[in-house]
Amino acid sequence: MQIKVLRSKTNTHQSYTLPAGEIPLLNALMYIKETQDATLTFSAGCRASVCGTCAVRVNGREELACAYKVKPGDVIEPLQYHPILRDLKVDKDKAKETLQKGVTWLQSFQEASLTHEDEKRTEKQTDCILCDSCYSACPVFAVNPDFLGPFALTRAYRYSEDKRESNAKSIIDGVQSNGVWDCTLCGECTAVCPKGIDPKMDITMLRSASIKFGHSDPSFATQSFGTPDFGGGGFGFDPNAGF
Amino acid sequence: MVDVLVIGSGGAGLSAALAAKEAGASVLVIGKMYPTNSQTSMAQGGMNAALGNVNEDHVSLHIQDTVKSAHGLCDEDMVRQMCADAPQTVEWLERIGVPFSRLDNDKKGIGTVAQRQMGGASAKRACYAQDYTGLKILHTLYDTCLKEGIAFLDEHYLLNLIVPDDTIKGATFLDIRSGEIKQIDAKSVVIATGGYGSIYHGFTTNMYGATGDGVAAVLRAGGAVSDMEFIQFHPTALKHSCILISESARGEGGYLVNEAGERFVDELKPRDEVARAIFSQMKEGQRVFLDVRHLGEEKLMELLPQEMALCKMHEHVDPASDLIPIKPVAHYSMGGIDVDYALEVNGIKGCFAAGECSNAKVHGANRLGGNSLLEITTFGRFAGENAFKHAVYASSKPVDGTQRLKDEAEIKTLFAQEDSESFYTYREILGELFYEKVGIVRENGQLNEALEEVIAMQVAQKKMGISDKSRTNNQNLVEFLEFRNTLLLAPAIISAAIARDESRGAHFKVGFETENEAFRKHIVLQWKRETQ
Repeated sequence: MQIKVLRSKTNTHQSYTLPAGEIPLLNALMYIKETQDATLTFSAGCRASVCGTCAVRVNGREELACAYKVKPGDVIEPLQYHPILRDLKVDKDKAKETLQKGVTWLQSFQEASLTHEDEKRTEKQTDCILCDSCYSACPVFAVNPDFLGPFALTRAYRYSEDKRESNAKSIIDGVQSNGVWDCTLCGECTAVCPKGIDPKMDITMLRSASIKFGHSDPSFATQSFGTPDFGGGGFGFDPNAGF
Repeated sequence: MVDVLVIGSGGAGLSAALAAKEAGASVLVIGKMYPTNSQTSMAQGGMNAALGNVNEDHVSLHIQDTVKSAHGLCDEDMVRQMCADAPQTVEWLERIGVPFSRLDNDKKGIGTVAQRQMGGASAKRACYAQDYTGLKILHTLYDTCLKEGIAFLDEHYLLNLIVPDDTIKGATFLDIRSGEIKQIDAKSVVIATGGYGSIYHGFTTNMYGATGDGVAAVLRAGGAVSDMEFIQFHPTALKHSCILISESARGEGGYLVNEAGERFVDELKPRDEVARAIFSQMKEGQRVFLDVRHLGEEKLMELLPQEMALCKMHEHVDPASDLIPIKPVAHYSMGGIDVDYALEVNGIKGCFAAGECSNAKVHGANRLGGNSLLEITTFGRFAGENAFKHAVYASSKPVDGTQRLKDEAEIKTLFAQEDSESFYTYREILGELFYEKVGIVRENGQLNEALEEVIAMQVAQKKMGISDKSRTNNQNLVEFLEFRNTLLLAPAIISAAIARDESRGAHFKVGFETENEAFRKHIVLQWKRETQ
């Protein structure tokens, strides 16, 4: 069985031959490194889909190398929107920056009476392993590199929904700029998450929380209500009529 | 110069960093990967604390269980400190937002944290977050570090500690991205680099990088290590991939059965006993399975969602309807850097060690499930506080670049070294050798053979090198350095195992099947420091 791996030095796809049989992609990459080409570079850790180290793209879709089973002809490439350090290894420093910008932590603790149901409200969100798959799949980064991105917003949602958080407003305030309103709700993040998290839904929830805290969709504001537009603005009606 | 340099960015390192920062220190956390990539993410079952939320429990019972499991090799004062501190540590984790699983009992705060039974425990004592306990604690610690503005240097591989006159002054690192050798000066250091289970390459639940880098660095720097022979084998790893199936599967009522469908051991006994029972079944030619079918799909999805997915993915079995094929593999290193009551490394002033790399004498000959997450958080914090206290009075006079220049020269030599034998082949051989001859059941003849083979491998090391000659992002180089560390630790483990002519906890030796009072002691190893 043959697979192709994008090599950064030549920017071409290099073919490697693997023994037949079912094999996780990570084992295949290890096998290549150990027996054929020690220069092939990638990142790996736990082998059990929980450390988030080994995410790559297979045939254009984000996968954890330790969980994906290789098929003949697979094309393996590094994550998108990350500086490539070498071959499949990318620079994930941006993750830290977006988490910092998104102030994704418990702001101010208050003692609460948590129940099993409360635990369930953000259980999925706290399964996030920061593998960066959603970030790689998100088309917004192609046009806006400053976007906070799916996992940072999911994490902001996690803390904002925690009953122990007495200052959820500051989290919501922190995700207004390059945040919840910049998402196109395309759902690519949800489709690729190896842990079954739904960042798209989390962002939708953050939007409604934003409105509760007095924020509004900035693009909606400029399109319709923000500027006086007595010409109807192409909407076919005058939004300011009657005022 | 930073006050506290934390080497290793897993659960122990992050806890140490937060405590040192809270105390007022300037802190830098440096690790070979990103913080959330660490082994802590793999801890599943839970974290012990005698909260008594589900049934009656007391700190004294937690101490008793831990001491019993340690088979006389723990330090009861350290155990007492860890167990007594556990409820406060859970309280602290609660305050930073760890999403523990909960009970519906109308209580407040940590009174609602759910608890489950683990092997060797006399009560439902392990606080958990489904079977993602380590992951969720680790990520919450990381978020809190970002909140506190703690500085991180990722992808820096520890080369050597700088220890002139028995006092720590900093450490040298390989910046993996640039290939540069860097020296970081520090008033005190916390080593939190994890265990050395990956020496059992191919036969371990551990991640690839669990190669004991910090333990090896301490030995090279003249510090002491102890109890190196005590390696815990986890009874239930998936048979083909060695991926861990949490002890909570048994804690929740799972059975161990052989091919005939017979149960052969009390599943809630400590890990050493269960692992040996499985091993003897395997020696008789029996395949062994974990049976959780009777728990029902709904409960399994609720309590063990990660295990369910891993079984389907790696063994093609659905635990709700199929038996799970398992085998015991290396899981946790009880021994490590020898530390005193302040977690200060014996032989190196101002250098502290916490977590799996450290031997704080709380696990003794066998660690209880649920005590490692507890150790990394409580002792991580304790090490951070003590490191700060040391930093307050430590000299801020920096050292010269002698160590850095030495390391630069050595790495340069490695690049030029002959590469006629692949160290990857030897990594496999070493893993198998350890599983076969330094494994669950040991025997002096085999241990001696293993020692000879390891020494031969150390000689052959001169012919092993790196075939990737790139300066930057050279993972081949990092893996070779990791392999060298395991090869450095291997004789320490084997020699200690040879010296211990008795069976105690995880160390079981044929011909010496009982505990011997004369061996109720720690085997401490230290290299003679070069006199220059």
